[in-house]
Amino acid sequence: MMENIKFYCDELERSLLLLDKEAAEKLLMEASGKGSAIEIASKIITATLKKIGDDWEDGSVALSQVYMSGIICEELIDKILPPQSPVRIHQPKMAIGVFEDYHLLGKRIVYSSLRASGFELTDLGGGLSIDKLVETIKKEQIRIMLLSVLMLPSALHIKELKEKLKDVDVKILVGGAPFRFDAELWKEVGADGFGKDSSEAIQMVTKLVEEMG
Amino acid sequence: MERVLTTLGHNEPDRVPQFLLLTMHGAKELGMSIKDYFSKGENVVEGQLRLQKKYRNDCFYAFFYAPLEIEAFGGEVIYSEDGPPNTGLPFIQNIEKILELEPPKISESKMLHKVLFAIEKLKKKAKSEIPIIGVAMSPFSLPIMQMGFEKYLEIMHYRKDLFDHLMHVNMEFCVEWSNAQLAAGATAICYFDPVSSSTIIPRELYLETGFRIAQQTLSRLNGPTATHFASGNCLPIADLVPQTGTAVVGISSMEDLSKLKKAYKNKLTLLGNLNGIEMRRWTTEEATENVRKVIEIAAPGGGFILSDNHGEIPFQVSDEVLMAVSEAVHTHGVYEETVG
Repeated sequence: MMENIKFYCDELERSLLLLDKEAAEKLLMEASGKGSAIEIASKIITATLKKIGDDWEDGSVALSQVYMSGIICEELIDKILPPQSPVRIHQPKMAIGVFEDYHLLGKRIVYSSLRASGFELTDLGGGLSIDKLVETIKKEQIRIMLLSVLMLPSALHIKELKEKLKDVDVKILVGGAPFRFDAELWKEVGADGFGKDSSEAIQMVTKLVEEMG
Repeated sequence: MERVLTTLGHNEPDRVPQFLLLTMHGAKELGMSIKDYFSKGENVVEGQLRLQKKYRNDCFYAFFYAPLEIEAFGGEVIYSEDGPPNTGLPFIQNIEKILELEPPKISESKMLHKVLFAIEKLKKKAKSEIPIIGVAMSPFSLPIMQMGFEKYLEIMHYRKDLFDHLMHVNMEFCVEWSNAQLAAGATAICYFDPVSSSTIIPRELYLETGFRIAQQTLSRLNGPTATHFASGNCLPIADLVPQTGTAVVGISSMEDLSKLKKAYKNKLTLLGNLNGIEMRRWTTEEATENVRKVIEIAAPGGGFILSDNHGEIPFQVSDEVLMAVSEAVHTHGVYEETVG
């Protein structure tokens, strides 16, 4: 078990909020000499990104800082835990995308945070239609599909997507502004889960991955 | 008009002014698709006239849809059957092209002309009795639709040369577009600036960017403005927003209304803060109760206009709920009888 985890988390948070990538990298490299890559991913990076996400929820940190923190951590984790690492391989197939429009920021934040936490997933980009998603999910045998939306109509159309996927073994997890402003909406459209921010997305994915064995 | 001016002066008018910021509902009134509705200025004039009368609204809203300005820049707009037109792929894909960007000429944009036509017609109907609200995207927030958030944050943090040029282009356009609407008869401009909200950028960055840009832009407009953060938070910058020269601030349902009232008291008029997304599934009773609660907190002393929290009520909100909101304002918003 690593020591001084709190020290590393606090220092990493400070570096990320200042957008000081060099300091963050130096810190994580120092930590990587004292613990495994998985420990660093889960106990330092994920925990720190969660703290920053929580601070966004209470209004003390802005979305631009959440985004930049995720981008920096994603880059750094690739150095500590490369994409081809065996610990990343035994995961159900996962993908993320923006449903029906091109507002990509929320998706990018969640994508970075998940990768920074050691998960591997495919980024399907934006402007995804129902038919395109159904086709991709079936063809690629995706088991966990994370969908980000900004517009209310897009959120409502997820119901139709779920209907078309009723015989497919895939979990649809949703996030984005309409779901944040109406806490009941994700259930109404039949999603399998809703994450109000990237830390909730990580928690949901972690739980699902465990359940899927 | 007097009702609105009184509350803007931080005094109590006869009743809380009600700005139901309805856009797509005009298409519903006219029995046409959203795309057809916005294809002609005449449709929007007729839609706004009907909506104002139906809901006894205290303003006309000359807003068509957000990517209208992107069309003027040559970008793509995607229409939807049940929602507002949206931007397609951002037209700036290579950030180096920013240096070649110039402000579009209003005289060359058919869509912008439709808006100006609608404002002129509404002005003839409204005379000076009902305010007409024009809309402009802030130079600082327009890049989200021009280039996407990621590239924008990249130039904001690492490419000051590109950022400064883009702000210059957007500011020239915003000033010209806003003043054209004011000249056509708009009473005020709603300056949409969601990126400046504390939900999106930290206060320190706002001070260096959105705040400074708003000060420079608003000082060049020939009329009053309302700054709208489109559901974004604005409590952490409550001391700064009034210094931009705006008169009104659009507030979010996510922030504590009592704290907002206190923070902006006698500085800016609050515009809000009904949750438009939730409104879709409110019962008429819930609508009434939510309006009553908001009025109870925000109306005393004036400086308050009842509205939604985003600057556009979703197409899915029913006429029954809108009618209940209006009824509640006309019942619970009368100052001498119920407020305070």
